[in-house]
Amino acid sequence: MASLTINGTVHEVDVEPDTPLLWVIREQVGLTGTKYSCGIAQCGACTVHVDGVATRSCTLPVSAVTPEQRIVTIEGLSPDGSHPVQKAWLELDVPQCGYCQTGQIMAAAALLQANPQPSDEDITVEMTNICRCGTYNRIKAAIKLAANGGAIRG
Amino acid sequence: MFVLAAGLPTILPAQENKFGADGMPNGWRDDPTIYISLAEDGTVTVTCHRSEMGQGVRTSIAMVVADELEADWARVRVAQAWGDEERFGNQDTDGSRSLRHWFMPMRRAGGAARTMLEQAAAAQWGVPENEVRAANHVVTHAPSGRSLGYGALARAAAMLPVPDRGTVRLKESSAFRYIGKDTVGLIDNYDFTTGTAVYGIDARVEGMLYAVIARPPVYGGKVASYDAANALKVPGVLKVVTIAPPPIPSEFEPLGGVAVIARNTWAAIKGREALKVNWEDGPNAAYSSDTYRARLSEAAGKPGKVVRNEGDVERAMAGAAKRVSAEYYIPHLAQSPMEPPAALVRIVDGAAEAWACTQAPQATRGLLAKRLGLPVEKVKVNVTLLGGGFGRKSKPDFVVEAGLCSQAMDGAPVKVTWTREDDLHHGYYHTVSVERLEAGLDASGKPVAWLHRSAAPTIGSIFAPDPKHELPFELGMGLVNTPFDIPNIRAENPEAAAHVRIGWFRAVSNIPHAFAIQSFVAELAHAAGRDPKDYLLELIGPARIIDPTKIGDVWNHGEDPERYPIDTGRLRRVVETAAEGIGWGRSLPKGSGVGIAGHYSFVSYIAVAAEVAVGDGGRLSIPRVDIAIDCGPMVNPDRVRSQMEGAVIMGAGLATSAEISFKNGRAEQNNFDTYELTRIDSAPREIRVHLLPSTDYARPLGGVGEPGLPPVAPAIANAVFAATGKRIRQLPIRDQLST
Repeated sequence: MASLTINGTVHEVDVEPDTPLLWVIREQVGLTGTKYSCGIAQCGACTVHVDGVATRSCTLPVSAVTPEQRIVTIEGLSPDGSHPVQKAWLELDVPQCGYCQTGQIMAAAALLQANPQPSDEDITVEMTNICRCGTYNRIKAAIKLAANGGAIRG
Repeated sequence: MFVLAAGLPTILPAQENKFGADGMPNGWRDDPTIYISLAEDGTVTVTCHRSEMGQGVRTSIAMVVADELEADWARVRVAQAWGDEERFGNQDTDGSRSLRHWFMPMRRAGGAARTMLEQAAAAQWGVPENEVRAANHVVTHAPSGRSLGYGALARAAAMLPVPDRGTVRLKESSAFRYIGKDTVGLIDNYDFTTGTAVYGIDARVEGMLYAVIARPPVYGGKVASYDAANALKVPGVLKVVTIAPPPIPSEFEPLGGVAVIARNTWAAIKGREALKVNWEDGPNAAYSSDTYRARLSEAAGKPGKVVRNEGDVERAMAGAAKRVSAEYYIPHLAQSPMEPPAALVRIVDGAAEAWACTQAPQATRGLLAKRLGLPVEKVKVNVTLLGGGFGRKSKPDFVVEAGLCSQAMDGAPVKVTWTREDDLHHGYYHTVSVERLEAGLDASGKPVAWLHRSAAPTIGSIFAPDPKHELPFELGMGLVNTPFDIPNIRAENPEAAAHVRIGWFRAVSNIPHAFAIQSFVAELAHAAGRDPKDYLLELIGPARIIDPTKIGDVWNHGEDPERYPIDTGRLRRVVETAAEGIGWGRSLPKGSGVGIAGHYSFVSYIAVAAEVAVGDGGRLSIPRVDIAIDCGPMVNPDRVRSQMEGAVIMGAGLATSAEISFKNGRAEQNNFDTYELTRIDSAPREIRVHLLPSTDYARPLGGVGEPGLPPVAPAIANAVFAATGKRIRQLPIRDQLST
């Protein structure tokens, strides 16, 4: 049994302690916006926030998460898709297939929380999630758009 | 053979002069009652029968219908068709064909529905039909000032017969409000950005179970023996079952192996780790990439099957002032969509239902029916969103695995998930090839003779005893249809045997062919002391129209050679546009260089100009890429742009870092730590897409999803040469610049 605080709600889940948080979120809790893609913390499709820090949930065993830690998934980032990063993603039509984008958005939201005005260099260093469709240039532009409060500035 | 007939139009030459959508299995439909529903609240729902995998087809199909229907985009929704080609026409989402084949049928469907609304309003008001007009979700009778919204007319319009397609008036393209405009965004974007979009791996039904499968590590191998005792001790593991190995060639059949079925995916993964399986590797156990490359090279060094021959290459070569030759190696690749193959199947009362991220819903349905022993009409395939496809999800093996697991659990719903390791170890890999080129130049440096030998295992090897030669559709991807103005030209295709499953990968054989040809053109330019861009344009020659069938391409991407001839003027223009975009000829710092490549594929014309910088220790960066596309008239320019951006990044990845290699029949890469895909830090910093304008919607549409990819790698390799003098003849570049 594990007790997890996800998007402000406490979930009691009956899982083996070595189960990665990713699978618990997807299968026991039923929130499928957090994605599996590599299982070895390489690609970031499974990114969630743990106490505000972008975390790859596919290699984090639930036993390492305490009930006090606040887990936020894409479903909890905003109630209605209104987080500035989500709005910027809509504005610039960033996604292609969309699969990695929830992880990208969670990574970008954490980046902006820590660094509200990231430079190109900051974005390049911090955003290490893989997108096979190749949306990186729009991701960069959208992060800058979100950083500028949704206004396109030079 | 059912699967061949249903799933593989691309490998067959056009039959009985049937081209385009006419030549596809189950053809096309344009009946609005199939694709369009209108609710009484005015909501229009467009059913998209093509799979969405990032190309934006759900948005673009809905745009076409909505435009002709004169619908207000804010009231348009999209639903996904299940797999049923009797009803929807061809659903194979591949070959960069969705809009090329469906633009006109979807326009007619929208136009017919609009006509029915106008007829309903005219009848209600008792006025002549030609006095009413539908515009933006309202039908108006101007003389009397009356108007009715679409919702209010829905019921009456639905009672009317569908008008004959010959009588349906289509809009003038000047009146388009969505087609060709950047006026609407991605229809699924809210779902993408909030995590509510449902992919195959996300499918959920009550009481479902989860499975992962241990598959033979070598193609053609099978289980010799296994011990499931420890697997069954893993908490949550319910059952371990074998899946029979398929006959070889295995077509779209599952590879067989041992399935672990559990209460959750993690238990299934742990259970599989605890399995002990002894494999019998079979005839491909010796397949190793290094020795195989040597074999391909040997084959390419000798004459092979002649697939194009004009003039007298031997004689011209003998009389040439200078002869240049080069050999290129392009390795296997894995499509590796971010969503690995995953599918859910349940069987209830003799009927199977699947939820799958498939590019080929009908082939999936047919093979599920065959393997489950059910009539086709008792199998339903629900198509989810695809988290990328790139050709991998055209093969339904993974869905059939879920069906067999469900059958083993008395029909309980079972989801099979492929781990990333499964994806890289058991793929339908992009072919591997050695391309050898030789040219004879005259005293001015112009080629008078051209010989291209391409040795690569064929996709045909998964469907029939290995033909060992490229099929017409592979030859027609840049080997035989290179439109160069050279009097003596020959293409040969020596034998190459397949030892793994070879499958479609975005742009397919265009990747090796274009890499070799466009690299070689730059090599010849260098040998002749000429500017590579000018030299490329000279080889393309003056603007002219070429009948592809006259130069050995009997396939022509399945299109009518009269409607879709090769137009070298269009190829010239994209090369010139890309060159102008990057500022060809400007001075660059030491260690920087620009390169260019142009390629015709999927009946579209694309050129790429790349700027690279090679720093200390050979560290390669790509500050900028300009890509120019002429795909004829466009439906959704922003999705054309995004496809070009994506092609540049995928192309940069296969140019610089991605490779699947084999040793003892086994893929050597396990995951994204060793199969290196482009990330944001290695992606081209700036990508500028140049869309060549085309406003004449009577002209045929070209493909978009795939053709951006082939010219990217050679443009980068040519830029590397310009920057460093180092010629790249093997992909990926990886550490070749560090020495």
